[in-house]
Amino acid sequence: MTPVAKMVGANRVIQGRGIVHPLGDASLSAAEEKELRQELVHRALEALETDITSE
Amino acid sequence: MKVVHYMNQFFGGLGGEEVAGTDLQVKDEPIGPGRLLEQVLGGDSKVIKTLICGDNYAAENLTELSQEVIKVIREAGAELFVAGPSFEAGRYGVAAAGLCAAVQAELGIPVVTGMAVENPGVDLYRSEVYIVDSGQNVGAMREVLTKMSAIAQKLAADGGESIGNPTDEGYIPQGVLRDEFVEKTAAERLVDMVLAKTKGDPYTSELTVTSFTPPPAPAAIVDMSKARIAIVTDGGLVPKGNPDDISPIASTNWGSYDISRLDDLEGEDYQVQHRGFDTRFVEQDPDRLVPVDVLREMEKSGQVGKIHDVFLSTSGLANPIANSRRLGREMAEELKNDGVDAVILTST
Repeated sequence: MTPVAKMVGANRVIQGRGIVHPLGDASLSAAEEKELRQELVHRALEALETDITSE
Repeated sequence: MKVVHYMNQFFGGLGGEEVAGTDLQVKDEPIGPGRLLEQVLGGDSKVIKTLICGDNYAAENLTELSQEVIKVIREAGAELFVAGPSFEAGRYGVAAAGLCAAVQAELGIPVVTGMAVENPGVDLYRSEVYIVDSGQNVGAMREVLTKMSAIAQKLAADGGESIGNPTDEGYIPQGVLRDEFVEKTAAERLVDMVLAKTKGDPYTSELTVTSFTPPPAPAAIVDMSKARIAIVTDGGLVPKGNPDDISPIASTNWGSYDISRLDDLEGEDYQVQHRGFDTRFVEQDPDRLVPVDVLREMEKSGQVGKIHDVFLSTSGLANPIANSRRLGREMAEELKNDGVDAVILTST
């Protein structure tokens, strides 16, 4: 639902892996899923460390 | 009609910011704008009590203040409660509209207030209370009070059935849809609008688009290895048993749940209060929504300073915007007080 986040003016938005599990993926193996989650959280932290000057 | 009128310390003549901490003062006569209110109401209307309260006191003690105000109104046997107008004054507007909502709910008498559309009181209470659009100009006091008293009189006469459209009556739209007979079909009206638009003529759309003022982007985290990060979700994850009774739809509250001793969330300890997505995957493994497992590892390896001791959760489904804003404000306030530097908000 990233269009909604953008519409209301959120400044740092990361696309998750789907509505039913934004930070997971039931079709992956446990190890792959953990890796995916690490990657998404890592990108979120990077976004928090990035200065935003415009929308 | 017996009227009780509420004002802040400034309009009530007590003073400015230096007396904003003043608690509720009760006077037995109209004061300042209250005299004008009595005039425009006309007939046998009398302001029998004027209530004056400092903006800070009102903002910090709204629940207690509401109880006191309700008590005064009940004892005075008033038939109408008017608050403000508060124009752009934020604390005043929130208190005025909040008191109107409380009085209306508790006593069922007509209530009306007025403020500028930018006032935060509008978002919070427009759907419950008639709020006249006062604009920003305090000089328009008579005009604003005239519109407020017209609405008050209609509320008193027939419970508000004769109150017309927001544009005709001057109040802020409440999000109510009403059936109405019109001469032209939707298709004809649409073509008229398209033609007007093409020619550059004025026309009024029948759909108003909600607008959002984008919040300014908060500054970036300079040193993640020292930052305190909180997890917030609108996906409705709560401990088994739903201790805060969070509704899975149009939820009015949020919860705060301890994760300080957890390295990983287990499905058997949680449930999902959300009726807008298939919750089974998150119920199998809550880390798919609230990623405690990977964040804890990052904390241990020093990539992030500290994972906040609790995660905050509510259900973001079919929720009026005003309500969502309130929930967000409350969460942000708590997180700020707890020294949280940044938030990862996960949404379904």
